[in-house]
Amino acid sequence: MQDIYLLVSGPLAWAAWAIFLFGSIYKIWKTLDTAKKKEQVLFSYVSLKYGLRSIINWSIPFNTVNMRLNPALTAISFFFHIAFFVLLLFVSAHQVMLGEGFGISWFTIPDTLANILAFGVLGACIFFAARRLTVPEVKYVTDWTDFALLILVVAPFVTGILAYYQIGNYMLMIILHMLFAEAVLVAIPFTRLSHMLLAPLTRAYIGSEFGMVRNVKDW
Amino acid sequence: MEERVWIKDEGIEAGAAKLTPEKIEKTINAVFDNETGARLKAYVETCIHCGLCSDACHFFLSHDRDPRFSPVGKVKQTIWPMLKNKGKVSVEFMKQAVQVAQTECNLCRRCVQYCPFGIDIAYMMSLVRRICHKQEITPLYIQDTAHSHAATMNQMWVKDDEWIDALQWQEDEMRDEFPNARIPLEKEGAEIMYSVIGPEPKFRTQLIYQAAAIMNETGMDWTMPATPGWDNSDMAMYTGDSEMMGRLKRMHFDTAARLKVKKIVMGECGHAFRSVYDTGNRVLGWRMPPIPVIHALEFYWDLLNEGKLKVAKTFDEPVTFHDPCNVVRGRGLHEKAREVVRAFCPNFIEMIPNREHNYCCSAGGGVINCGPPFKNARVEGNRVKAEQLKATGVKVCIAPCHNCHGGLEDIIHTFELGIELKFLGEIIYEHMEKPNAV
Amino acid sequence: MSEYAAWDWSVGSKTVANLAECDCEIQWREENQASPDGEQVAAVVNTGEGEFTVCVNGSCWEPRYERVWYLRYSPDGRLSGLACDEGDWTMCIDGEQWEETYGFLFNTMFSKDGSVIACCVADAMTYGMVVDGVAWENLYDNANNFHLSADGQKTVAVVQTVPLGQAEIFKFKEGVYSVAVDGEAWDVNFVNAWTPRFNADNSSVAAQIRLNLFDYTIAVDGKPWNTVYSQVWEPLFHPKNKSIVTPVRISGKWGMAQDEKIIWQPHFYQVWQQQFSPSGDRLAAIVCPEYGRWTLAVDGKTWNTTFGDMVMDLTFSPDGRRLAALGKQDTKWTVIVDDRVWSGQYDMCFAPVFSPDSQHVAARVEKKGKYTIAIDGKEYGQNFDQCFDPTFSPDGSKVLIRAIAGGKYLRIVEPVANIIG
Repeated sequence: MQDIYLLVSGPLAWAAWAIFLFGSIYKIWKTLDTAKKKEQVLFSYVSLKYGLRSIINWSIPFNTVNMRLNPALTAISFFFHIAFFVLLLFVSAHQVMLGEGFGISWFTIPDTLANILAFGVLGACIFFAARRLTVPEVKYVTDWTDFALLILVVAPFVTGILAYYQIGNYMLMIILHMLFAEAVLVAIPFTRLSHMLLAPLTRAYIGSEFGMVRNVKDW
Repeated sequence: MEERVWIKDEGIEAGAAKLTPEKIEKTINAVFDNETGARLKAYVETCIHCGLCSDACHFFLSHDRDPRFSPVGKVKQTIWPMLKNKGKVSVEFMKQAVQVAQTECNLCRRCVQYCPFGIDIAYMMSLVRRICHKQEITPLYIQDTAHSHAATMNQMWVKDDEWIDALQWQEDEMRDEFPNARIPLEKEGAEIMYSVIGPEPKFRTQLIYQAAAIMNETGMDWTMPATPGWDNSDMAMYTGDSEMMGRLKRMHFDTAARLKVKKIVMGECGHAFRSVYDTGNRVLGWRMPPIPVIHALEFYWDLLNEGKLKVAKTFDEPVTFHDPCNVVRGRGLHEKAREVVRAFCPNFIEMIPNREHNYCCSAGGGVINCGPPFKNARVEGNRVKAEQLKATGVKVCIAPCHNCHGGLEDIIHTFELGIELKFLGEIIYEHMEKPNAV
Repeated sequence: MSEYAAWDWSVGSKTVANLAECDCEIQWREENQASPDGEQVAAVVNTGEGEFTVCVNGSCWEPRYERVWYLRYSPDGRLSGLACDEGDWTMCIDGEQWEETYGFLFNTMFSKDGSVIACCVADAMTYGMVVDGVAWENLYDNANNFHLSADGQKTVAVVQTVPLGQAEIFKFKEGVYSVAVDGEAWDVNFVNAWTPRFNADNSSVAAQIRLNLFDYTIAVDGKPWNTVYSQVWEPLFHPKNKSIVTPVRISGKWGMAQDEKIIWQPHFYQVWQQQFSPSGDRLAAIVCPEYGRWTLAVDGKTWNTTFGDMVMDLTFSPDGRRLAALGKQDTKWTVIVDDRVWSGQYDMCFAPVFSPDSQHVAARVEKKGKYTIAIDGKEYGQNFDQCFDPTFSPDGSKVLIRAIAGGKYLRIVEPVANIIG
């Protein structure tokens, strides 16, 4: 078990981060490169001003018409995304690992808050799943891959909680937690989780078209 | 879910009868491989199937939230299987895909404003139309219109002389009211070339009359061509025949350049504006229109603000204003339009939603041009528009777009709303100061 | 009008006509037209309710019409207008009308020397062309893309040879259009045909055609090229032989084909309005080398100067060595000659004109509603309310300026040296 732990927390973690990092760079580069080769004209319609205007306006909770139309989903989605990164970056256990690995650390959040956030993320994922099962227009476009991605994303949180409360075998949970987290990292550039990487691009492009050419808001 | 109604269209049926699996595969992959790139890939990979675009679509809302009418639902019924199966889809699938993309989406781009990632579903529907064009399964009536464009360079099979005749006839008519009025043809070096869509000389000559009256009474230096190139409309844009779109737009801009005008002012049409201002210029290599294109709404606003257009009497009946997608979501003219409307119509009542969030007329995007077979589906697909209009409580609606007029007319009739539709130019013509009138 | 060389080339300015004066009662005066030699100014005038004629240098044509329109001087100085009398249309030339009348006439055309005047005719819902009063023997259900050969001896148009009912899309796709030379249609139909053009001796006609909804090519005397393209533009014959050049689009980019062989590789976003130099040695066209930028290419080689808005009016010098065009950037026009841009920026420029010795380029230009002419980038000292295209004297040393200022029409002959300094 200890060997597996060392493998997962050592080489595999390095590999996962490397795949995530280089995969992400590749994904963005590939997208821009393909655009340059096949749709170069699109670049003449991209504006920093209007691209950022759109990104900023879509980053403010309840700022867009559609966000206000779906208040629960808006609140939960914003919470989910914020909590995801807060937990990743500021949980004390992650900081310990960072400290061990790189000798660096920064601000941490209290374990109680981390706990609440983790349960919140869990709840959010249950909400997303319920939405996929019950809301007709979502159900209609949902397939198994959507659930698979959701399970993949929620798995590190579930195992993290189990480990924190020492339910089941602690070491096993920690290993699974790390494994799932690594799987999420690896999946980001190569699945629809790549919206994390591509959404700023699609947003900036359409924001520019709407702002610069069409003189109108896109939110 | 209720069983889906698949409508029989002669053009689709005859085209589909000639389709083979090989041809389907070849055309789909040719379009995907040669005409798309990072944009489509990013759109498909970024879409997380959240369904948030649904509430944007009048078809979805009017069909009691039937997911098959949601924007992403339309992508699921068209683009996704084509990509997943690498073009190996059935004839039956293509017949359904063309109905979805060509008659159940108005390309109004409202959903773009609802997607968290700004995915342009209208672009994807246009791609499906392009594929259907390559497979020759475009609905009959809009295909006929595309043929008219190709043969006559206008939308309505108007022959070269009929255009000139319509203008000279309107000029004669005008002289009863304005004895010295002119519709100057082929005036090289005029400030403005005024261009219209094919149906104006064919069915709605009074609009040419009204526009000419506004030009004359505000002292504009203007002209209209006496050659093909006068028509700014473009159904080829909506059938996916981008080569023909380029040919039409070249003719339009070449004509304006030949006449040495400084700008093109267009009548109250939305899709034509999209073609001239946004899409047609691009296929020719022009980043923006080479000659400024001013939609009638903006032109009226300019005239009003320059003090050239003056209100003689106001139109006091309560009115509402329908924001056409192509000049509002496509050009941001909603505030300017309101300023003009308010100047002439003090009793102005907003419909809700409005401005860039207004509901589509359900006629645009070439849908009304698909003709009688799809009329009922189009009107039923826009019950929300009827409800939206009804809620204003007004009896007059200004709709500054030809397609919107057509679509709203059918809705008003079907849902017995008893609302009269008007172009803004019509109200201006009737209520402006006319210094030269007798 | 006398021969070009015999025009009055003595230096000086004269008022040819006061536009307010006319020997008939007029309600209003329409657009002014100046004769090529500058000795006349004419306009359609309204002489009462529903009554029109033409006023030339203050004197009116005798006939009165319900309408006169498209008043234009032919290159040989004859003044023509399309005129309607009691619902019948004719061409009135210098006050004398054709004997023939038709249902409707439009789109007047002149041969290069002006000796032939032609126009299009619509009569009893049939269409064709009329040359010096005589209509084609065969008229068609529809015709368009009318063209007159440079020498005026031949006419050509795209014609509809098969009746087409409402929404008959399948019949359309079988082909109902052809090309008719002097009213005689090719014995083959196409889905579409556009811009038929003659070769130098009028023995051959080439046109753009569409074979189905997707395949475009060129047909020569009814025979399509073997190669098809995703798009083509207007064909152009070499001035000395039967070879044809046309812009073609391959894999999304434009190039130039000569008799089906690619002579300019397809790497442009656009190629059009190609022209041969008078001898045929050089070929130039307006091109878009990178998206949104426009310039000229000569024999496939792109100029360095590009414009963002548009490039128009490509013009070769008579000796074929020089090339001029108009370029528009940020809504301002200027003239570009041999890849060098004039310093002046204008609200409008008109087609550049070369001197017969190819040494100078002149153009009519406009700034804030005031017109003048400029030569080699230097503006003439005086501004006008209206101005017509400049003409160089045969030796290129003088320029004829035709202009309107203060309600008077002026004819000015100025030494070129005085303008370019």
